Amino acid sequence: MEPRLLQDLKKLIGSDAVLHEPEDLILYEYDGSVEVARPNCVVFPRTKEHIVGLVEIANRYKTPIVGRGAGTGLSGGALARRGGILTIFSKMNRILEVDIENRRAIVQPGVVNADLSAAVAHTGLHFAPDPSSQKACTIGGNVSENSGGPHTLAYGVTTNHVLELEMVLPTGELIRIGSSALDSPGYDLPGLFVGSEGTLGLLTEITVKLTRLPESVKTLLAIFDTLDDTTETVVDITARGITPAACEMLDGYTLRAVEAYVHAGFPIDSAAVLLIDVDGVREGVESQAEEVAEICRAHHAREVRLAKDSRERDLLWKGRKNAFGAVGRLSTTYYVQDGVIPRTKLPATLRRITEISERYGFPIGNIFHAGDGNLHPLILFDARDENQLKRVIAAADEIIQFCIEMGGSITGEHGVGMEKDRLMPLLFSEADLDLMRGVRDAFNPIGLLNPEKIFPNKKGCGEIHIRPLPVAGASVA
Amino acid sequence: MSATSKTASSHLPDIVGAEHVSTDPAELGACAVDGKLPSVTVCPGSTEEVIEVVKYAAAEKLALIASGARTKLGIGSPPARFDVALDMTRLNRIIAYDPGDLTLSVETGTPLRKVAEALAQHRQFLPLAVPYFDRATVGGTIASGVDTPLRQFYGTARDYVLGMEFVLGEGVRSKSGGNVVKNVTGYDLHKLMIGSLGTLGVMTRVNFKTFPMPVASRGFVATFESLDRAIEMRNRVAQSPLTPMTFDLLSPRAVDLFSTPGAERLAGSAMPAGVLSPGLWALTIGYSGKENVLSRYEAELRRMAAESAAGNVTVLGDRPRAAAFAFKREFIPIALDSSPATTIVKISVLSARLKDALSAAIKAAEANQLPWAVMARSLGVIYFALLPTEHTQASHRQVVGATNQILDASASLGANVTIPWCPSEWKSAIKIWGPERHDLAQMQKVKKVFDPLGIFSPGRFIGGI
Repeated sequence: MEPRLLQDLKKLIGSDAVLHEPEDLILYEYDGSVEVARPNCVVFPRTKEHIVGLVEIANRYKTPIVGRGAGTGLSGGALARRGGILTIFSKMNRILEVDIENRRAIVQPGVVNADLSAAVAHTGLHFAPDPSSQKACTIGGNVSENSGGPHTLAYGVTTNHVLELEMVLPTGELIRIGSSALDSPGYDLPGLFVGSEGTLGLLTEITVKLTRLPESVKTLLAIFDTLDDTTETVVDITARGITPAACEMLDGYTLRAVEAYVHAGFPIDSAAVLLIDVDGVREGVESQAEEVAEICRAHHAREVRLAKDSRERDLLWKGRKNAFGAVGRLSTTYYVQDGVIPRTKLPATLRRITEISERYGFPIGNIFHAGDGNLHPLILFDARDENQLKRVIAAADEIIQFCIEMGGSITGEHGVGMEKDRLMPLLFSEADLDLMRGVRDAFNPIGLLNPEKIFPNKKGCGEIHIRPLPVAGASVA
Repeated sequence: MSATSKTASSHLPDIVGAEHVSTDPAELGACAVDGKLPSVTVCPGSTEEVIEVVKYAAAEKLALIASGARTKLGIGSPPARFDVALDMTRLNRIIAYDPGDLTLSVETGTPLRKVAEALAQHRQFLPLAVPYFDRATVGGTIASGVDTPLRQFYGTARDYVLGMEFVLGEGVRSKSGGNVVKNVTGYDLHKLMIGSLGTLGVMTRVNFKTFPMPVASRGFVATFESLDRAIEMRNRVAQSPLTPMTFDLLSPRAVDLFSTPGAERLAGSAMPAGVLSPGLWALTIGYSGKENVLSRYEAELRRMAAESAAGNVTVLGDRPRAAAFAFKREFIPIALDSSPATTIVKISVLSARLKDALSAAIKAAEANQLPWAVMARSLGVIYFALLPTEHTQASHRQVVGATNQILDASASLGANVTIPWCPSEWKSAIKIWGPERHDLAQMQKVKKVFDPLGIFSPGRFIGGI
């Protein structure tokens, strides 16, 4: 790394806010995915002026610059694929303004998702997007990835909750788009920037909507003896026009792992469970919970449990949110997919995943947002075995291929990043991708910001890089 | 015949068939945008034909404006150029509808009414209850970005459009999003198309998330002597656990307009008797659910109305509620119909500042001796109709004065102000896009990528885009 560049960085933000020794950098070559890419240096800016300065330096030395929140991403979005300056927002973590009456908050990008909800909980409000990593992941990362979570089934994903953004463009300009009041005139620029995976600008301020917590919540655990009954139940709930606040499925394999780890009270001898939240005004919740329970029973649920109190409910949800971590205890490595399918295709898709698991000989744990058809099959394998590595990719590709055949998509909430760029041509024509690249180039003209993400290299397919994932702390989804 | 129409009328019939191309003056007149006539109208029957027409327009540098039922072409600045009117109404097929998945894919020329009928068979609907509902098409609704009373619960189109297919400025077919309810694959370019007034591309297909119809709905109307009291009740409801489907405030004159024969014609129904009281403000709330939920709403709303010193309180059953709803949906057409020079100012403001923004607008109207009527959504979106009694130089001056005053007052309230509807010939003197925006340069970048030759609706959008 060029000494003058390092000097300039230290001069800008202080030498204690710049890391460049290999033993330090190695911590930042991972995120929550299986991708690996090492930056040349890691910086911890504290102000928006620092961000402007960092972008100026990146331009001066023509070195890539990549933004990163907590590094919980699952597609390599916040990895420095071409090296360069990895910009960590953990010190830009202030909640700048909370406006209870208007249900707005202005935050710096490094604010942890759950911290915002905790800060306003006493007012009966919360920030609705709730990725399973919400205790660690940042709102800047949520905005970049357009993150989802279990309760986005009823409340929408991040883009439905973002009103205004301030950011530094790769050209060094500090801009604001959108507005705190609704219906900002002109093109919906926040709609474009949310979910652009850090390829268009580095965020400095985010204005979000806060949402009222429901008056009443009921959590049901429906236990099934077959996968088909479980998935048919989800299809039926959707078809009857019921939108639960969340509708999660965990298969038997995952349940057993979770139970050994969290002791949430999941039945370890079942084929699968559905974890369903219904919420709203008290009267509606009661009848809706009954209705859901009835549908579960009609599809041969062995048992439908209703969480007695908030403690029981929290325990069930803790089990769900720690499921990836639990599966991590069973295998040194897993590969998680994020395919989406039309909800009516759930039974067929689960059958296909089982068949793929058997054919390849890899255990696959299924845990996912069933209500919106967003799958997270976890394929367990040993990455030290070169042959397994190749075959796990083949198995994962078969699953994705099937999702697409069903009319689905390659990612519902984890993003494309550097993991799925090679799969983009399965969904988009070269003309579609050229338009998206054109939009990227309009804001990121020389490609300094988060290069080689989302869009495949125009010359043939890239290769997928897989390395073992550290087991600890893989609490994501 | 102009040079444009000569070349156009010799090439376009090869693409779409002679019967779908017209240079008939009556046809051209019907397609006028802000008084500007195209040289030719063309009515493609497929995306492929749209592509060929756009390619032709691009090669000849012809300005093209796509339209559906032409009910919302009055929104926006007058076009800088206009050569080809692209009538999308032959692209009117429902491509795919899967009730089990609650997803729908339709061609953009499809009437909303037709979509609603198809969905109703499965007790589903799209929350696009927009003005001119009986005629409006999917494409015009999305391109104009108009909102609906249902946004209170369902949000706006950006919250339930899943994907889109469109044709770019050089005749290239493109798409973004998909047809599943959750998807982060690639940039959400379709969000840019919503409300873009056709300046980025010609939309040919839109994918939607559909919604189950509520089991039963009710309407609640409370009348008030003063704006202050009505806002008091609005605040009580907003702070309660209730989640209404619609929640709008009507001014006394809006109430009066609703009892005219013109309003009944536009709403397609009669206002249920005794609901609205002349001369009073009305807070109107729609809510849905099963019987026990409906009872809870009614009890709470009655209590809050009493606490806010409401006058008359009415609860409407399913059918009368639907009839009354149509008046809210058609407020803008009703206001446009009621004055020779209606000017509608849209003010979006943080909801706690609703009263301040309304008071400022009322002050501006009254200072300029203009009659006015209001429909304000509880979320903070105000449609403020200035209703001059004549279309004259004098009323023009009054409207310019009032809109400028509203713009000034809104700046300190952090409000977004636009003037979506006013007489075409007044547009040059009225800041219909509000104050200059700091993010205009970013919008210009987007425009250049989608439509590098500038052939789509040139000059109609913000900042002359």
